[in-house]
Amino acid sequence: MMSTYYAGLLADVGILLLGALSVYVILATGQLSLGNAGFMGIGAYLTSYLTVTAGVPLTPALLIAAFAAGAIGVLIGFPALRLKGIYLAMATLGFGEMVRSFLLNLEAMGGSGGFHGMRHISNATIWAWAGGILLLVVILERSQVWLEMRAVHDDETAAGLIGLNTTIIKVGAFGFGAAIAAISGGLFAHHHVYIEPGNFSFERSIDFVLAVILGGSTIGPGALVGALLLVILPEYLRFLAEWRFAAFGALLIVMLLVRRQGLLDRGLFGLTARSRAA
Amino acid sequence: MIFQQLVNGLTLGAVYTLIALSFSLVMGILGVLNLAIAELFMLGGYFGFAAVMAKLPLPVALLVGMAGAALVAIVIEKVGYQPFRDTPVVTPMLSTLGFSIILQNVATNVWGSDPLQLPDEVLSVRFTFGPVSVSAMQLTVLGATVVLVALLAFVVQRTPIGRALRAVAENRDVARLLGVSAGRVTLLAFVLSGALAGAAGVLIGLHYAAITPYIGVEIGLKAIAVMVVGGTTRIWGALIAGPLIGVAEVLTIAYGGSQIRDFVVYGFMIVILLLRPQGILGGARTQGQRV
Repeated sequence: MMSTYYAGLLADVGILLLGALSVYVILATGQLSLGNAGFMGIGAYLTSYLTVTAGVPLTPALLIAAFAAGAIGVLIGFPALRLKGIYLAMATLGFGEMVRSFLLNLEAMGGSGGFHGMRHISNATIWAWAGGILLLVVILERSQVWLEMRAVHDDETAAGLIGLNTTIIKVGAFGFGAAIAAISGGLFAHHHVYIEPGNFSFERSIDFVLAVILGGSTIGPGALVGALLLVILPEYLRFLAEWRFAAFGALLIVMLLVRRQGLLDRGLFGLTARSRAA
Repeated sequence: MIFQQLVNGLTLGAVYTLIALSFSLVMGILGVLNLAIAELFMLGGYFGFAAVMAKLPLPVALLVGMAGAALVAIVIEKVGYQPFRDTPVVTPMLSTLGFSIILQNVATNVWGSDPLQLPDEVLSVRFTFGPVSVSAMQLTVLGATVVLVALLAFVVQRTPIGRALRAVAENRDVARLLGVSAGRVTLLAFVLSGALAGAAGVLIGLHYAAITPYIGVEIGLKAIAVMVVGGTTRIWGALIAGPLIGVAEVLTIAYGGSQIRDFVVYGFMIVILLLRPQGILGGARTQGQRV
C-alpha cells in the first residue's frame, strides 16, 4: 500500500515526464523552447474550464485542450521558423511569460486568485496518459518521420536540399510538443485541484529543459529518467533539502561538461536495430 | 501626473539599461546569452544591501555590489563559458542557466526568501519641481546610471582594452591574427558585464528599498527584452530601449493595470525579434547566428 506522500511524488513524475517530452519533441528538430510552461498553462486552464464550467468529462477535455494548444503551437511555430538557437530561446521565453501575464488578467478564470473546483484524479489516470504518450513518442522514434526530424536537426539546409519539407517538420514538432505540454497541464490541474498563473512560470519551463538535458536529449526514455531524477533524487538526498536546486544546477553544468547528451543515449541501447538505422 | 510617471519610468528604465548593457556586452562580443546575468543582478543587490546595512556610504555599496557580481562572473566565464567555446551556442546558454539556478538557490538559503527591507531613513528626501516629485533615491539611481554608462563608453570607445573588445566583436579570428588575446578579452567582457549587472542590482535595491531572491527573474529577465529591442549586436541600442521600455511599463501600470505589463514588454520583444531583429535602431551588422 503506497502512502499518500509517495503517491504524490509518482504523480509529479508523470506530469514532469510529459512536460519534458514536450521539450524533447521540439528539441529533436533542433529548436530549444524555454516557454513550454506557457503551453502547459493553456492546457491546464482550458481543461479545467471544460471540466468545471462546461461539464465535459476529463478525457475529451484533455483531448480538446491538446488540440487547441497544438494549434497555438503551430501558430507559434510558423514565426519561430525565422529564429534559431538563442533567438528562438528568447522568443519562447517571452511567449511563456506572455501566457502567464495573460492568465493573471483572465478574470473569468480567477485571475491572480487562481481557479479551483476540479475533481481529483488518480495516479492511474496520470500514468495512463504519461505512459501512453511516452510509448507514442518511442514509436514515433522508430518511424520515417523521426529520421526526417533528425535530418532537420543535424543540417536543415541539407535536409531541405534532399526534398524534405522542413517547414512542416519544424512546425509540426512545435504543435505536437505544445499538445503534450497541454496534457501535462490538464493533468497537473486535476491532480492539484487548484491552479494559479504562478504555476506556469519560467521556472516550470526550466524544469522541463533540465529533465531532458539531464535524462538524455537524444532519446525519448531520457525524459523519464530526467523526470525521475528531478523528483525522486531529493527524497534520497535529504541532507541536500535546502540545496537541491543548487545541486541540480551543478549537475546540469557537470552533465554538459562530461556527457552532453545526458544520462541515457542510443549507445546504451546499442543492440537495438534503431541505433543502426540512425 | 504624466510627468511623474515619466520620471518613475526613467528610473526603472535606467536600471533596465544597465542590465541590458550587461547582456549585450556578452551577446554582442561573444554571441552568447548569459542567462546568469539576471541572477548576478540579484546578487549585486544583496551585496550592496549588506554594505548599506553595515553603514558604508552609498558609493562604496555600489562598488561592493559591482565587485561581488564581477567575481562571480569570472567563475561563470571559467566554468560555464570557456569549456563550451566550440559547442553550439545553445550549450553555453544552458550552462549559464545552471549557474542562475545555483545563484538563486544560494541567495534564498543565505538571505531567506522573504524580502529584506531597507530602513526608511536612507535617502528618503523628496524634491518637488512643480507637479513632479523626485526622491533623492531616484536622482541617485539616474545619476549613477549616467556615470556608469559614460565610464563604459569611455572604456569601450577610447582605451586599448576597448579597442580589443570591439575587434573581437567584429571578427574573432582576425582579431587573434592581429595579436589580440581573445581569452583575455572574453574574460574582460564577462567582468564588465558582471559589474554592470551588480551595479543595477544595488540601484534597484535602493530604489525599491527592498530586495528578494526572485528579483532576477522578475526584472533581470525582462532586460533581455530591452536588449532585443535595442538590437542584440549593438551595445548602445540599450541606451534608447531601456528608458523606452521603462516608461512604457510604468505607463501601462498607471493606465492599463499592473498585471498586463509583462505581456506588453515581452510582446514587444517578440515583435521586434520577428520583424526587426537588428533592433529598433537598425544597423549594418547582419551577421550572427540568427539565421
